[in-house]
Amino acid sequence: MSATAATAERGESPARRAARRFFRHRLAVFGLIVVTIFVLAALLAPWIAPYDPIATSWARIRRPPSELHWLGTDENGRDVLSRLIWGARASLMAGVISVLGAVLIGVPIGLVAGLAGGWVDAAISRVADAMLSVPFLILAIALAAFLGPALENAMIAIAVTASPVFVRLARGMALDAKATDWFEASRALGNPPWRAAAVHVLPNIVPPLLVQATLAIAEAIIAEASLSFLGLGQQPPSPSWGSMLNSAQRFLDNAPWLAVAPGVAIFLVVLAFNLVGDGLRDALDPRADRR
Amino acid sequence: MGAYLLRRVAQIIPTLLILSFLIFGLQQLMPGDPALILAGEERGDPLVLQQIREELRLDRPIPEQYLHWLGNVLTGDFGWSWRIRMPVSQLILEKLPVTAQLATMAFIIGVMIGVPAGILSATHRDRPTDWVANGIALFGISTPNFWLGIMMILLFSVELGWLPPSGYVPLWEDPAQSLATTIMPAFVLGTGVASVLMRHTRAAMLTALSQDYVRTARAKGLAEKVVIGKHALRNALIPVVTLGTIEFGRLLAGAVLTEQIFTIPGFGKLIVDAVFNRDYPVVQGVVLATALIFVMLSLIADLLYMAINPRLRTA
Repeated sequence: MSATAATAERGESPARRAARRFFRHRLAVFGLIVVTIFVLAALLAPWIAPYDPIATSWARIRRPPSELHWLGTDENGRDVLSRLIWGARASLMAGVISVLGAVLIGVPIGLVAGLAGGWVDAAISRVADAMLSVPFLILAIALAAFLGPALENAMIAIAVTASPVFVRLARGMALDAKATDWFEASRALGNPPWRAAAVHVLPNIVPPLLVQATLAIAEAIIAEASLSFLGLGQQPPSPSWGSMLNSAQRFLDNAPWLAVAPGVAIFLVVLAFNLVGDGLRDALDPRADRR
Repeated sequence: MGAYLLRRVAQIIPTLLILSFLIFGLQQLMPGDPALILAGEERGDPLVLQQIREELRLDRPIPEQYLHWLGNVLTGDFGWSWRIRMPVSQLILEKLPVTAQLATMAFIIGVMIGVPAGILSATHRDRPTDWVANGIALFGISTPNFWLGIMMILLFSVELGWLPPSGYVPLWEDPAQSLATTIMPAFVLGTGVASVLMRHTRAAMLTALSQDYVRTARAKGLAEKVVIGKHALRNALIPVVTLGTIEFGRLLAGAVLTEQIFTIPGFGKLIVDAVFNRDYPVVQGVVLATALIFVMLSLIADLLYMAINPRLRTA
């Protein structure tokens, strides 16, 4: 209640208040800056990459970092920095699109489960439980393996595997909303359940969904890198951080720089999404007491 | 307690049934005809294809295929590997001890780092110790396991030459060599567990430290060591123990890439090799076995939770 009073006093919308709280959080802002840099690199790859990421050069195989090639060249004479920049596309796309897919699959199903109740809820919840009882990566590997090796299939596998979390989240929010007076009042006024849900559940679900989705992107990026590392994601010669690490592993003795850069890139982007997610949680949850 | 136990065990049955359905369903996603893959060189011979289809019951309706498959699984028959002519269940049983050793070592490392770090972090809240512990945990959560593994090989095997970069020696053949080959992968896996355990121990300790009984204990004039060790920690560890059991199960998934990097012939390498060789029955079998282990571990976690939480004992 005091939160509402404070909002009225300051004349500040909840979104603005959340933004103010988020920007006060130094680590979260750092995370946001890093994410922005990677997104820009991915979008501007054709213009900022110094070389063609798939152009091979037999004259320049496994050269250590130099002025010409800041991060060196790989086993086919390709520029590592250019591949890293183009690889950001695969990683971010896989992270964002697969989580978007998971949200689009999970949220409607979860809302239906929560609103319908009864055997529908029981059936949906059991399936979600069953999927959550297989470790994320094992299920994703199995799905990707059966679908066949391709970046699109890796994204489908990650989306499907990540969806039960969103089913649970949406179901919980729908159950909470169903227990409130305004939901009942809305139904009593003759609104169909989907309308009552659209008006009363969806706005409430956005903040936790945003937090969960941001953290899920971090997990999806690691999953995509893992699948690519196993050869189940982006196919050569297209660059991806996971497959770069896979080939780097064979040249640890004489070209160690090949293994460093892609790993640092994955680490930075995953860390950044985790920081943004933590910051969003603190900013959006009015009860968060910043532990 | 008996009634609860029965109810909890009964809950597993629908979960396992749905899982069996999903895992069987995987093979319907497969592009192309399995008989063609299996026939290999002889894929042009319709007689061979026919024989394979009959043997695998691919010519029967899908529900019948499922029931047959389920019946086999229930009797412990997970099918035959397409590449290595061996029963899948035997392959799994052969590889499981290797991964179990790795997971146990990783778990010990994770607990030894994660729990004390969480306690220190909570008792030194908002002080440098807390920041450092939180920073390391964030680092552990954000670092991909397989990259950490590659970096460790680079440092300890390639640069320093202290440890073998790959391979595996069974514990009973040569314990020292076995530890030397598994310490790096176990540490890589353990960091993930340590990070998660540290965060949860810290949160649970902070909750416990803010409770009335802790204030009472302090008011009685008990030494801080006793307050933290005897009163707060005991209660804080209840959720941590359950979480630890689940984390142990998740180590199986983490082992997939770690075993690949360190070429350790365990459970994880089995599924990866099966994926490369398009040996689908093995992929299915490993997923099924992992799910079984995971479901059992959650059951154990729940039972442990009941056993150590006196409030739930009478329920």
